[in-house]
Amino acid sequence: MHTHKFSLKKFSYTFIIVLLIWYGFTTSIQPAEIITGIIISLLIALISVKNFNCCDPILITPSHILYFIQYFFVFIGALIKANFDVARRVISPNLPINPGIVTFETKLTNDFAKMVLANSITLTPGTLMVDVIKNNFYVHWIDVTTEDPKEVYKEIAAPFENILLKIYN
Amino acid sequence: MMIIIYISIVLIALGSLLSFVRFIKGPTAADRAIALDTLSVIGIAALVVLGYLFKRYIYIDLALVYAVLGFIGIIVIARFIEKAL
Amino acid sequence: MEIIHNILTYLGLGFILLGSVFLFLGALGIYRMPDLYNRLQAGTKASTLGAMSVVLGIGLLQPDWLIKLIIIILFIGFANPLSSHALARASYRAGIKPFFKKDIDAYANAVEKQLKKIRKKLQKLSN
Repeated sequence: MHTHKFSLKKFSYTFIIVLLIWYGFTTSIQPAEIITGIIISLLIALISVKNFNCCDPILITPSHILYFIQYFFVFIGALIKANFDVARRVISPNLPINPGIVTFETKLTNDFAKMVLANSITLTPGTLMVDVIKNNFYVHWIDVTTEDPKEVYKEIAAPFENILLKIYN
Repeated sequence: MMIIIYISIVLIALGSLLSFVRFIKGPTAADRAIALDTLSVIGIAALVVLGYLFKRYIYIDLALVYAVLGFIGIIVIARFIEKAL
Repeated sequence: MEIIHNILTYLGLGFILLGSVFLFLGALGIYRMPDLYNRLQAGTKASTLGAMSVVLGIGLLQPDWLIKLIIIILFIGFANPLSSHALARASYRAGIKPFFKKDIDAYANAVEKQLKKIRKKLQKLSN
C-alpha cells in the first residue's frame, strides 16, 4: 500500500479527485474558475502524489451500486438509533453507563474500506473507535455486554462488514 | 412557520452555551478540544440557519470554509496532545 | 406545485427542529458525561446527525442552495467521526485513562507493546 513512488496512474487519480473536490466546493461553471481549478489541482497533485494512497480502483458493477444503497440505508438506520440512544442516556438523571474498551479483528484488507467501517462504527449506538492497529479494531463501548472478540464482532461490526466484504473482496 | 426557526435558533444557542461552559471548565486540554469540536459543528449549523434567515448565500460558503478549517484545526490539536502532554 | 412546495416546507421545518434538538442534546452530553471518552461519544453522534439534519432542512426550504448544502452534509459525515477518532486516540496515548465501572480495557496492552518498541528504537538511536 505505502509505495511512496511516483507513477502516472496514481498522479492522474490524485489530480481527478482534487479537481472534483474543487468543483464541488466552488460549484460554478465560469471559465476562470475552471482554469484556476485545473492549475491548482495540478500543483497539489504534484506535491502530494508521493503521500497519497487512497482509493485503489475497484470495478463498479450494478450489484455494487445496490450494495452501496443497502449500506447507506443500514447506516442511516444505525445513525438515527444511535442518536435516540444518546438522547436517552443524556436525559436520564442517573446516567446509565458501563464503559470499557473492547477489541475485535476485521477481515477487510482494503484501507479505504477499513476507514469507512471505522467511521460507521463511531456513528452507531454506543461505540467509538479509538484505534486501528493492523487488523485489530479497538472500540470504546459505552455499555459493555461482552468481552469476547467474536461476540463483539457480531454485536458491533457484522452488519456493516458483511456488505463491505461483498464490495471490496 | 418562522416561529420554528426561532425556536431552533434558541436551542442551538443554548447548546453552544453548554459546550462553552465545558470549554471553560474542562479539566484537561483534550476536554477543551472536544468542546471546541462540538462548538464548531454547532457553529456550522448556526451559520446555515442564519444564512437562510438573512437570505445571504455567502453564509453557506462561510459554513463550508469553517467546516474545513475546523476539521484541520482539531486534527492539529490532536497531534499536539498526542506528542506533548 | 403549491402542494409540493408546502410538503417540502413542512418537511424542512421538521428536519430543522429535530436537528436543533439533537444539537442541544449533544451539547448537554458534553456537559454532563463523567469522562472524556463518554463525552466524545455523546458529542460526536448527536452533533453529527443534528448538523446534518439542520443543513438538510434548510436545503429543503431553499432548494436552489441544495448542491452546496449536500456537500457540507457529506463533509460533516466524513470529517466529524475522523476528528473524534483522532482526539480519542491522542488522549489515550497522552495517558488520560477512561472512567470504568469494571476494568475492561483491551487497548492498554496494545499501546504498551507499541510504546516498548518505540523506546527500544530510541535507545538504539541514542547508543
